[in-house]
Amino acid sequence: MEKIYTRTKTIQENKVSGYCPGCMHGTVMKLIGEVLEEMNLVDRTLCCLGIGCCGLQMDYIAYDNITSPHGRACAVATGVKRSNPDTFVFTYQGDGDFASIGLAESISAANRGENLSVIFINNGIYGMTGGQMAPTTLVGMKATTAPKGRNPQEHGYPMHMCEILNQLEAPVFLARTSCNNPANVNKTKKYIRKAFQNQLDGKGFSMVEVVTSCPTNWGMDALSALDFLEEKMLAEFPLGVLRDR
Amino acid sequence: MARLFMKGCEAIAEAAVRAGCRFFAGYPITPQNEIPEYFARRMPEVGGTFLQGESEVASISMVYGAASAGTRSMTSSSSPGISLKSEGISYCASARIPMVYCNVSRGGPGVGSIQPAQMDYFQATKASGNGGFRMMVFAPSTVQEAVDMTYKAFDYADRDRNPVLILADGVIGTMMEPVVLPEMKSDEEIAAIKESKRKWACVGHPLDYANRSWIQPGQWSTKLQQEENEKAAALYESWEKDIQVEHYRTEDAQVVIASYGISARIARSAVDLLRKEGKKVGMIRPITVSPFPYKAFDALDYGRVKAILDVEMSIPAQFVEDVKTGVKERCPIRTCLCSGGNIMSREKIVNAVNSILEGM
Repeated sequence: MEKIYTRTKTIQENKVSGYCPGCMHGTVMKLIGEVLEEMNLVDRTLCCLGIGCCGLQMDYIAYDNITSPHGRACAVATGVKRSNPDTFVFTYQGDGDFASIGLAESISAANRGENLSVIFINNGIYGMTGGQMAPTTLVGMKATTAPKGRNPQEHGYPMHMCEILNQLEAPVFLARTSCNNPANVNKTKKYIRKAFQNQLDGKGFSMVEVVTSCPTNWGMDALSALDFLEEKMLAEFPLGVLRDR
Repeated sequence: MARLFMKGCEAIAEAAVRAGCRFFAGYPITPQNEIPEYFARRMPEVGGTFLQGESEVASISMVYGAASAGTRSMTSSSSPGISLKSEGISYCASARIPMVYCNVSRGGPGVGSIQPAQMDYFQATKASGNGGFRMMVFAPSTVQEAVDMTYKAFDYADRDRNPVLILADGVIGTMMEPVVLPEMKSDEEIAAIKESKRKWACVGHPLDYANRSWIQPGQWSTKLQQEENEKAAALYESWEKDIQVEHYRTEDAQVVIASYGISARIARSAVDLLRKEGKKVGMIRPITVSPFPYKAFDALDYGRVKAILDVEMSIPAQFVEDVKTGVKERCPIRTCLCSGGNIMSREKIVNAVNSILEGM
């Protein structure tokens, strides 16, 4: 029988993932690994990991990685890429990392048009620290630090990073996707490939925002979280390619 | 070798370039702006990278990245800016990433004053970030010393895989003095240094778990974290051999000044002046303030030394705490201090020594 699918070698065997059931980090990690293998990039790749659940994969992936200070992944990646242009560098960051504590580093790297690829995981909540409010938390959505739900008068509104970066001149690719169904999983892989190809072509800053679920901190089972993602999250964060130059 | 007349900040930057530094990221803050400005002009000439970061926090993170990829890298700032860099400095120390940074220190705390001061002593030598790490800290008292220390700092950083700090101040950074610059490392030497780090540098490795580069500024396993802490502690212990200290005219001294950096430079001229008057005064000057030369104070004859005079540009005094540890209550310690951006004067030191001698 012909073998048409195999496990990516970029994720170590004999490791048990610490990700919760229904979390999409594992899916995105797998897609990244598949793209790296398909593009023959593995042996020249560095992943700059953020802090939070996004950083858990440091122990699972089989290629070079560096744990960045919280929010600084784009600055760390800038240092590596500028001093080693031959290394393929991407960041993998959650919403607290990329859009809150690292906002200056993220926007500044995008504005400089750094030749980097950014994978930004938006699940609207702080995962590892246990469900605190994120810059992307939906209005009315409860968090441990917003126990009555996000209130715009007190907390403002969810931040839309694709749209914010779309105000800048330098970025070349900005897309928002999800992994809620097979079609979108395939689309996510396509966007990751595009963001990676742009770096190989020296085109500059590319960012793929992946809207994902966090059943544990949303207080739901995995299937309910998927419903919430489709009904609420995607209504706030519409999918699509905002820029492709 | 030719002697050049150079400003401290620019001489420090040129020394770094000559040592093979090929990545610098920094953020404007007075009185160290001439360091990033010099690198901005100089790096393109040698194929290096200069970046003005969006903040001190970002700049040190860029250096963490570049140094993790094996490039000799540097950043600089001044006091409040160094506080912002403490996050990345701690990450470098934890992940054992070699890099060099310079603090052209000014008055504090807070935004303080933009004039020279020595008010970051505890921060530089005891707690430059969270987690109790240590670094080698060099305190230049001349521009030439700043040049030589910066040049050598990259070797120490690479040897130990640890950050090294040049603790300068606004006088060293902004004054001009004649200097002899060290030899420029060749492109081949610089490439060889970088290549020697390839095994651990995060530049991409063949798909093989055992051989991947994994830059870890922390550990999930408490057991592994303690092991890393123990390895680091052993490294810090090994620096006993690297201690540098100057004993200046202490042989028969009745009053011994303890001072470092620019204060020691001024104290030296006070010693010379007092010696001309026949007064028996000397000075112990730590050149490395971390590791600190505590044993230098064991060399004094406390039957003869009536007092130690701590001279530093910090109120409250900070350096004096290390001096106390070295002196071990074998004689009284007096202080001669200024702060806030006021520069120590020779007259002030002379008066302080005379008042000790008169009280004997």
